[in-house]
Amino acid sequence: MAGQPIRKPTRLEPWQDPGQAPYVRIEKVTKTFGDFVAVDEVSLSIYRNEFFALLGGSGSGKTTLLRMLAGFEQPTEGKIFIDGVDMAGIPPYERPVNMMFQSYALFPHMTVEQNVAFGLRQDGVAKAEIRDRVEEMLGLVQLAAFGKRRPHQLSGGQRQRVALARSLVKRPKLLLLDEPLGALDKKLRERTQFELVNIQEKLGITFIVVTHDQEEAMTMSSRIAVMNHGVIAQVGTPTEIYEYPHTRFVAEFIGSINMFDGRVVEANGDQVLVASEEAGCELLIAHATPAPAGSPVSVAIRPEKILLSKEPPAGETGVGEGRNRTTGIVREIAYLGDVSIYLVQLPTGKTVRVTAPNVTRRTEMPITWEDEVTLSWRPFAGVVLTQ
Amino acid sequence: MTALVSLLSRVGLWGRGVVVAIPYLWLLLFFLVPFLIVFGISFAESIIAQPPYSSLVEWQVDPDADTSKLQILLNITNYFRLAGDDLYILAYLNSVKIALVTTLLCLLVGYPMAYAIAKADPARRGPLMMLVILPFWTSFLIRIYAWIGILKGNGVISNLLEWAGITSGPVEILYSDWAVYIGMTYCYLPFMVLPLYSTLEKMDPTLLEAAADLGSRPFKSFLSITLPLSLPGIVAGSLLVFIPAVGEFVTPELLGGPDTLMIGRVLWNEFFSNRDWPVASAVAIALLLVLVVPIMIFQHIQGKQAEAGK
Repeated sequence: MAGQPIRKPTRLEPWQDPGQAPYVRIEKVTKTFGDFVAVDEVSLSIYRNEFFALLGGSGSGKTTLLRMLAGFEQPTEGKIFIDGVDMAGIPPYERPVNMMFQSYALFPHMTVEQNVAFGLRQDGVAKAEIRDRVEEMLGLVQLAAFGKRRPHQLSGGQRQRVALARSLVKRPKLLLLDEPLGALDKKLRERTQFELVNIQEKLGITFIVVTHDQEEAMTMSSRIAVMNHGVIAQVGTPTEIYEYPHTRFVAEFIGSINMFDGRVVEANGDQVLVASEEAGCELLIAHATPAPAGSPVSVAIRPEKILLSKEPPAGETGVGEGRNRTTGIVREIAYLGDVSIYLVQLPTGKTVRVTAPNVTRRTEMPITWEDEVTLSWRPFAGVVLTQ
Repeated sequence: MTALVSLLSRVGLWGRGVVVAIPYLWLLLFFLVPFLIVFGISFAESIIAQPPYSSLVEWQVDPDADTSKLQILLNITNYFRLAGDDLYILAYLNSVKIALVTTLLCLLVGYPMAYAIAKADPARRGPLMMLVILPFWTSFLIRIYAWIGILKGNGVISNLLEWAGITSGPVEILYSDWAVYIGMTYCYLPFMVLPLYSTLEKMDPTLLEAAADLGSRPFKSFLSITLPLSLPGIVAGSLLVFIPAVGEFVTPELLGGPDTLMIGRVLWNEFFSNRDWPVASAVAIALLLVLVVPIMIFQHIQGKQAEAGK
């Protein structure tokens, strides 16, 4: 799975430090367009040097939130503070913020150099300094040789880098990026993700990125806010979002997941036992949010956390007989090279998705279509969702 | 039918060829040929006859010397007359001046109009553009006559000013250069608004957001982003107004004073009052030369834009 954060684990986590003041504070912000509520009472704190992602589908309100930070839209209700200053009524051209647009919005009648210099010229920076800083920025995005070209003479990836250089040249404390990699092809996108993270760490700027691509959000960001219908469904590090989703929506939005509906049989501390007809077995979950016995819950298990075997695994599972283990028939196999996806149908009719690394060569694959297999998982694999 | 198709395709005159050939043939017959006739007449001499000009080609037979000569007589005094007589030079200069002022007024009035329409709610742009084009549905002459009623002494404007107490007596705007400017600006305004609107409407609004984001105030953004990007519209609109305005005849004739000298009027006088077809033709050819320069500039700019792509 792509969810391996490339962030170093030693990285500071300012959101856990109560002494830190947030750099951007969004307080109960609501934005309505006519009857449509685009952003609904959103509160967020974003700290200095964070690489913060607003993740959501189209119409989730993520772009509207970003545009309110830039000053292109005014909140209907609520307040936005940047570096402690209330942004109400402050026009975009007076905000200490720069934005990189999804369409890049490069000025077609200006050269690359003029595009990058535009922001500095507005501030009345001396000519010699403008030249130096533009040169430095173009060097940073590896476009030093392209200064005299016009935007239409550049490739998509080069335009993206001009847009980045233009938004960074004023050395903003906060950079807003609207789908920064959306228009690039897959290979270029992956490379640019790393470049963006490197530039962000090098310059020490707070980045807020809007994206609909969960992989992009997972790879780059220190924290992610998952948005849905104008509200924030969950805020957390990529690992928290992936491993401990709070709601069904978050669990299903990030990656793929198997859901088993059932009822709590007993809750013992943070251990919860759930009976699920769908799964055809009892599910024991460790480190779960406690739920009262009898209450309906869903148990979510990631496909890569389920073990697939032809023979029932030998030895004690440590969870008790008939728990975290069920059988089914392999209906579909999708070979992706590094991993294969198996769709296993349980006797109850439920189809379970399992991914397994292809440790051996394809020709020697032990499991094939219509095989009866045993599915098993450890107690910490599942997550109990009450909503 | 198939035989015809194969025949035509063999001579390369089917489909695209025919589509292009028909308008070219039309232009050849009704533009280039008359132009060459006028060009020929401009080298003739005025005589009292039917038609009222001499033939350029003459077959001279001399029985004494037993020779026959084909003479081509080119009378270039018509052009010298144009260059030598103040009337023509003044008329040309005045025409260019009136056309320039008209173009400038159209630009000053038309740019804000086009800008406002382009920035209006998309659902309202269509009706607003319709209103700009609407006057074309009424005869041009009727609209000019309506302006006479508005501009004359004791007309609408005059009465309004008197009623408001700004003036004490009737004000005569009619039969002056200003009446011509007003009338011509009114007539040619749609030709300015249409191309301006189409360039402004195509402009990406996020460019202005990007400019604002980089610290540019709205008016500065207009000067550094909107204005340069609408330059093609300004050039196209200005030429669409300037070119017909130079040769304009009806508006100055009806609204202008006796001293509103325009080349279109001179042309009319030479042709119908003096019946001096050769001089009239020379005036027309010279007028064409005055217009060819801006047309060439237009073509050059268009070519450069096509080259730049986008």
